[in-house]
Amino acid sequence: MELTINRQVVEKYQTPSEQLKPVFTVNHLNLWYGQDHALKDLKFDIPEKQVTAIIGPSGCGKSTFIKTLNRMVEMVQGVRISGEIKYREKNIFDPKYRVEELRTLVGMVFQKPNPFPKSIYENIAYGPRIHGIKNKKVLDQVVEKSLRGAAIWDEVKDRLNENAYGLSGGQQQRLCIARCLAIEPDVILMDEPTSALDPVSTLKVEELIQELKKEYSIVIVTHNMQQAARISDCTAFFLNGEVIEYTNTSKLFSHPSDKRTEDYITGRFG
Amino acid sequence: MSKDPINDKSIRSMIQEKKYARSQSAVMEKLAPKIFLICAVISIFTTLGIIFTLLTETFTFFNRVSIVEFLTNTRWFPFTSDKNADYGILALVMGTLTITAIAMVVAIPVGLAAAIYLSEYASAKTRKFIKPILEVLAGVPTIVYGFFALTFVTPLLDKIIPGGISTFNALSPGIVVGIMIIPMIASLSEDAMNAVPNSMREAALALGATRFEVAVTVVLPAALSGVIASFVLGISRAIGETMIVTIAGGSRPTTDINVTESIQTMTAYIVQVSQGDTGYGTTIYYSIYAVGMTLFLFTLMMNLLAQFISRKFREEY
Amino acid sequence: MSLINKEIVHKRLIKRMTANRFAKFGFILATSFSLMVLGVLIYRILVEGLHYLSFEFITNFASRIPERAGIWAALLGTLWIMAVTAPVSFILGVGTAIYLEEYAKKNAFTKFIQINIANLAGVPSIVFGLLGLTIFVRLAGLGSSVLAGGLTMSLLILPVIVVASQEAIRTVPREIREASFGMGATKWQTIRRIVFPAALPGILTGTILALSRAVGETAPLLVLGALAYVAFVPENLFSQFTVLPIQLYNWTSRPQEEFHMLAASGIIILMVILLIMNSIAVFIRNKFHKRS
Repeated sequence: MELTINRQVVEKYQTPSEQLKPVFTVNHLNLWYGQDHALKDLKFDIPEKQVTAIIGPSGCGKSTFIKTLNRMVEMVQGVRISGEIKYREKNIFDPKYRVEELRTLVGMVFQKPNPFPKSIYENIAYGPRIHGIKNKKVLDQVVEKSLRGAAIWDEVKDRLNENAYGLSGGQQQRLCIARCLAIEPDVILMDEPTSALDPVSTLKVEELIQELKKEYSIVIVTHNMQQAARISDCTAFFLNGEVIEYTNTSKLFSHPSDKRTEDYITGRFG
Repeated sequence: MSKDPINDKSIRSMIQEKKYARSQSAVMEKLAPKIFLICAVISIFTTLGIIFTLLTETFTFFNRVSIVEFLTNTRWFPFTSDKNADYGILALVMGTLTITAIAMVVAIPVGLAAAIYLSEYASAKTRKFIKPILEVLAGVPTIVYGFFALTFVTPLLDKIIPGGISTFNALSPGIVVGIMIIPMIASLSEDAMNAVPNSMREAALALGATRFEVAVTVVLPAALSGVIASFVLGISRAIGETMIVTIAGGSRPTTDINVTESIQTMTAYIVQVSQGDTGYGTTIYYSIYAVGMTLFLFTLMMNLLAQFISRKFREEY
Repeated sequence: MSLINKEIVHKRLIKRMTANRFAKFGFILATSFSLMVLGVLIYRILVEGLHYLSFEFITNFASRIPERAGIWAALLGTLWIMAVTAPVSFILGVGTAIYLEEYAKKNAFTKFIQINIANLAGVPSIVFGLLGLTIFVRLAGLGSSVLAGGLTMSLLILPVIVVASQEAIRTVPREIREASFGMGATKWQTIRRIVFPAALPGILTGTILALSRAVGETAPLLVLGALAYVAFVPENLFSQFTVLPIQLYNWTSRPQEEFHMLAASGIIILMVILLIMNSIAVFIRNKFHKRS
């Protein structure tokens, strides 16, 4: 797909491409932890059925931002948010918009694999169950489909009733991705999903992300620039709570337009 | 200048000369571990003392009253001539279990609900406000709770319950023992639930679960061993509770339980005998040790069970 | 082909959120129940107890006439018991904790002591009364004296002090121990000059809280044969005695309303004593926390 950048739009309203339909529209988003201004007046689109990577040094607000997209950030005491994020035309901060509903549509994979201390089967079935699906046949299908979707079915199909803690770290993370797929989300947020994994497991998860992008919109936070370059379509560079540059990935890494982006990707800081 | 000792000698030589300090501390160096070991061994002697005391005096008791009668008779009526006396522990055990059951009906739901609220819903601020109050509630002496049961809860129940309630009854002290145990169950259960890592709550919330669903389907199952252990410890406390049941429960040992009527627990019987003018060496005197032994075994079983549960089923996150 | 019907999921959401709201309300209700009970309890005791509360109430001996009755003997009895319990339980408790944390090897014997202490903490207080009755009152021939009562109470609160002291000692950072050893200090010097002072605030907090539990205990001293009606003050360790909770028990178990009111007055005094002890403990704990 050819991504073209409209210079003028980038000035006012950042989007990697005018031709892509946005799934999230972030508008004048500000976030404070107490006195600490963590996200500063963010304004940009996140496109549909693409992998959008968010890079930047530690403490730049990238993790805060991705947790704002499904409002998990509100679990932190003393958080204040202003501005809006529209998910498919609806403001997610609207008091009438139910956070539980948002989270059934916007799934999340965390930094460290966090399976429940239950069996592999029960881990996957958890989401559908809380949403009212009790039919055993449907659940069986969901479990198989999700595990296949996360490319882990062949490894675990014979031990679905064993505790998920018996899996390796990489398998656990793919299990968590499968758990996320089980409720058929629209968007998947990934917060440094491979930072706790070894290189081989990382490769598997990266391959999986390439597969998943056919059906899902993916936002991934990563501290690993090579990873962003390998797997994403668009990349946003965050620094001190601001978006410094946001464009298609190949452009950002080959011809960064901002000096700070260039310094970061060439390893001069961060 | 030369009067200044520091300029005369180096610190090193001063340290080396101070041999007397060395030899003195060398004595303490050898003695200290032995002295502290003696302290530690005293705790073992306390346990041995309890077991020795209960065993020997109970043995004397069973020389006078058969163990079969003790275990099978359903009447407990020692205050009469030795021939007519009944020593059936069942009547006292039933009293104790009645109080315990009522207490648990109060303490388990309320304590668990408070624990879930504190660990899953309350903000840090609310928790900071409520936890000290629970600590105060846990620190109220049992004599005060006994007074409260007799002078407030019993008259209140008398008004509420159609047909009234006896001045001494099982219900009022049972409820108050339950109230006494709430802070213990709440705080131990909350500790267990707090130990469940936040990443699991996040995982469930990110799937669209409500707080309630997170508490019931993720946190509680993961913390179950600690929560159950807190219930068992609560049961142990209720069994051993003395003053509340002595003041408000009465002194009528019976197996025919009616919660609005007077009963007697094992602990209340021991107090009753110590308060009376029973002479040393009488059968009644030895009976309190047999009752104490039974009480000790009940609570020991509960404590070991609680330890077993929390060790055996501990989740490794 | 979607396996999940978004329509149904959406419809169920309202039901689930209502369940969450009801549950939260129930949990708050249960939590406030405890707070309410504490409120009612304090209110009742103040209403009943303020009538007889006066300076004479503290300085008078017990009496059959409610207007002249006081808690002097009981108050001093409690003080005497504490004068025995505090040093004995402190020395034994801290000594045990130092042994377990600093000297004990990780072997079966140490584990046995640890399990034993945990189990002692769960033994009902009245059983300690039976222990004291046989060992101190009868075998040692101390009679129902202050000494017998104080020693029994020491054993009762010993596990609490041991556990609190162990925790306090464990919080002393390894680095400062190593710094002491690194300067050539011996083990005992390090314990005495570094570990013990650093752990002292935590140890004191735990000890005061344990003692406040002993102040409120009734059952073991009743079993020991402490007197319920005393018109004299203990003169030495071998005197007979009564304590505040036993005096309160005595008044509560009489049928007349006047004596219940006296009991409530005494409860106010008892609760004030406990409040002061707890405040001191909290004060030490907070001061210590600020420094570290």
